[in-house]
Amino acid sequence: MARIELNGIRKSFDATEVLGGIDLTIENGDFLSLVGPSGCGKSTLLRIIAGLEPQSAGQVTIDGSIVDGIRPSARNLAMVFQSYALYPHLSAFDNMAVPLRMRRLSTVERLPLLGSLLPGRRREERIIRADIDKVAAQLEISHLLQRKPAQLSGGQRQRVAVGRAMVRQPEAFLFDEPLSNLDAKLRVHMRAELAELHRSLRSTFIYVTHDQAEAMTMSSRLAVMIGGELVQVGRPAEIYDNPRDVRVAEFVGSPKINMMPGRIRDDSRIEVFGHVLRLASSQPPGNCSIGVRSERIELGSGPFSGAVIHVENMGAEAFVHIGLNGTEARLVARVNDVRRLPDIGSHLSFNFAADAVRAFNSAGKRIDVTAEQPERIRERAVV
Amino acid sequence: MSDNVATIGGVTVRLPVPATAQRRGRLSLTPYGLVAPALTLMLIMLLGPLAGVIALSFTDYQLGAPSLSWIGLANYHEMFGDRVFWTSLRNTLVYVGIVVPGAVTTGLAIALLIQSGTSLRSLYRTIYFLPVMATLIAMAVVWEFMLHPQFGLVNGVLREIGIAGPSWLQDRSTALYALCAIGIWQAAGFNMVLFLAGLVSIPKQLYEAAEIDGAASAWARFRLVTWPLLRPVTTFVVVISGIRSFQVFDTVHVLTKGGPSKSTEVLIHSMYTEGFEFFRSGYGAALTVVFLTFILLLTLIKSRLADRGVQYA
Amino acid sequence: MTTPAKLSLWSVVRHILLVAGAVVMLLPFVWMISTASKPPSEVFSSELHLIPHQFALWENLQTAFAKANLWRFLLNGVMVTVSIFVLQVLVALPAAYALAKLRFIGRNALFALVLFGILIPPQATAIPVFLLLHKLGVLDSYAALVLPFTISVFGIFLMRQFFRNVPDDLVDAARMDGISEFGIVWRVMLPAAIPAVTAFGIFSVVAHWNDYFWPLIVLNSEHLRTPPLAVAHFRNAEAGTNYGALMAAAMVIIAPLLVAFLLAQRRFVEGIALTGIK
Repeated sequence: MARIELNGIRKSFDATEVLGGIDLTIENGDFLSLVGPSGCGKSTLLRIIAGLEPQSAGQVTIDGSIVDGIRPSARNLAMVFQSYALYPHLSAFDNMAVPLRMRRLSTVERLPLLGSLLPGRRREERIIRADIDKVAAQLEISHLLQRKPAQLSGGQRQRVAVGRAMVRQPEAFLFDEPLSNLDAKLRVHMRAELAELHRSLRSTFIYVTHDQAEAMTMSSRLAVMIGGELVQVGRPAEIYDNPRDVRVAEFVGSPKINMMPGRIRDDSRIEVFGHVLRLASSQPPGNCSIGVRSERIELGSGPFSGAVIHVENMGAEAFVHIGLNGTEARLVARVNDVRRLPDIGSHLSFNFAADAVRAFNSAGKRIDVTAEQPERIRERAVV
Repeated sequence: MSDNVATIGGVTVRLPVPATAQRRGRLSLTPYGLVAPALTLMLIMLLGPLAGVIALSFTDYQLGAPSLSWIGLANYHEMFGDRVFWTSLRNTLVYVGIVVPGAVTTGLAIALLIQSGTSLRSLYRTIYFLPVMATLIAMAVVWEFMLHPQFGLVNGVLREIGIAGPSWLQDRSTALYALCAIGIWQAAGFNMVLFLAGLVSIPKQLYEAAEIDGAASAWARFRLVTWPLLRPVTTFVVVISGIRSFQVFDTVHVLTKGGPSKSTEVLIHSMYTEGFEFFRSGYGAALTVVFLTFILLLTLIKSRLADRGVQYA
Repeated sequence: MTTPAKLSLWSVVRHILLVAGAVVMLLPFVWMISTASKPPSEVFSSELHLIPHQFALWENLQTAFAKANLWRFLLNGVMVTVSIFVLQVLVALPAAYALAKLRFIGRNALFALVLFGILIPPQATAIPVFLLLHKLGVLDSYAALVLPFTISVFGIFLMRQFFRNVPDDLVDAARMDGISEFGIVWRVMLPAAIPAVTAFGIFSVVAHWNDYFWPLIVLNSEHLRTPPLAVAHFRNAEAGTNYGALMAAAMVIIAPLLVAFLLAQRRFVEGIALTGIK
């Protein structure tokens, strides 16, 4: 178990900056997801932590020791790769044994024929076998140990890859999009399994994914990366509820948050689509954008109106796409009762609560707003 | 680039690493260690000798001579003034000029015939490939006996139909052509394999599309689909055959030694005699340079045509 | 070719043409076996017959083995080709791995040198390499047969192309598992590249088993002769007198490769077709 600190990590590939100064602390026992759109530098950051890639500047500290320049295997971290990276010529057992043999056997003992004759090797092999059997039982892959990777299904390979990481009892586990090669059903199942595994191992997990749902459902903390910068770090609920940046708001949550063009008026109130919300901002007057999550849009009545363009019925819930009258804007509203869905083409009115509004300035940064009558329970943002 | 050098070996990870070690970790020497043997051998056995052969061609060096001196273009002067050189160059070009079209068209014809049906494909492929596998020297000896004027199979068959065959390899008017025949016999199967690979890579749907578009006859489909798509392969096979037949030596050396009266003298054989029988290394090197020029020329043509081929694809 | 009648007609024509071609291709082999099976009286007869009246293959083989130390020559062939192949792999694989998977200054220049090296025909460097071996005093030895071929730029190129398709994750996983870069070459890349190494091995072994030019230049001693050199010497000594034994010797020399080829045709064709890339 380990506490991992990153200080001012920068990385450039031939003059293109991929990471622009990342500071991040991953606490002991954390399940931290590095999440962001592809190309944001999250995988590079993970590889720098692993030692597979040297950083251009900054420091990686594991449990108080700076590990820069220390080779990957000596950092005592384990990694699970997107393609699983199982050695195709070795059985599942031998795949899991590789890190143990590399650590526990001398070069002579590892020699193909000669090595197996040495008494020390046989003793070590017994211990290695016991260790692997224990992990295999935990992952329920004991019956697969003699198979080659080609004879395993995607999910089974995934388990063997996790097993290979587990047997060496690393300081921390690094995951590089480990579920992206699985089909949707298995992916959801493996999410739960990995979260359970984290709870039972109580180890530090760093998990890279571009799938925000994966990150939200599994991790104890989320670090959202965009364009080589760490934009926001926090608990999943906090990130969802309280995005500090419009890019975070848009990246996290499905369907995407509804963004509307707004304006801070001279009297510091916020106006959207010609309606003045009962929200005041301390920011100087000018353009801003406001975001409202789909589940906070209340259909039925209100100052806004539009036409139903499309309805996605998911069974347990439905998403209604609304084209706002007189504008190009489209909103998505979540409806929990799928038995009462508006018809496509029909017109409806809707509203949203003032505390559902997240406002951002023109640079995309979050603006703090205050409701004008905070004592009322259901504050209506009205004319 | 990667920091895999074991800067601290097996020492525990907990120790903070001094800044110098970090530096070393980044400027890893491992890649250079991995390529060092190959690079060294390349310089000693390939690139050095290549430069050496060019340099030698301007010297009068003879193996065993105590010293050498630069004689400028004297070797080339001697060579261009030597009738044997021109004979050997002409013979080489004739050999290439016959073997390349011969082996390429037979190879293509065999490949097309094999691919035009489905039965016995692999059996035919095996049979036609046998000459490629067989040690050429051994087969040259067999050919020599087949071409034996009195007891050989070829003249025996000719006698049956009432023709008096020549004494192939001993006759200066036929010797070179006999060697060409052996060359074609040996290379056709090799070209066939390359053509077969090219044919297999042509998508089946193209033939179906051609048929729907009205290319009813096999010939029409060949003109519309096979030949254009096989063009890059063909260029490639032509150049490869050219380079290989320029190197003709084995059959010449074992069967005719360049004779009778230099009628089968070829470039590499001249180089061998001058360089390794008379040990005139400098003069042999000059012959090598001529040989290299031709190979380089062929390679240039190949890359030119290959570039154009890409546009077709 | 669209109607069944036409189809079967074409099929007949195809087989006739292919069989005719096959006869020409096989004729030297058939004639070789036929002659090797005939006693001298039948060899030196103007009457054409394939099947010997008196079967003398055994006697001819015995003569061949008695007059030339064929076992020794075959053994030389095996030793030389195997040493060349093993050394080529030892030299080429690490370099190919570095060129394919590591980033270092000079990588592109080195790869350009490799590509250039592929263009150089072996005859071109013969004189300087010969002089070098002469200076080293190793002419007329196994070393002279093997050393110049320990570097195969073509092998480096081929393996590099193959290694590029090995996923980077696999290399990274090996690094995380504690395998050194040298270890990765042998423990991870080599097992992954077995098909390519096999193809290259066939290419290399066939090329050097059949090579005549280089052994001819560097060898004097009889006991070092490789199979092609042995046949050529046998022919120079016996031609005109004992064709039966000569053909028997030729059979023995080409047999190992042909048998191996017939057993693993697909692999051999693949391996030899590599020469095409060269």
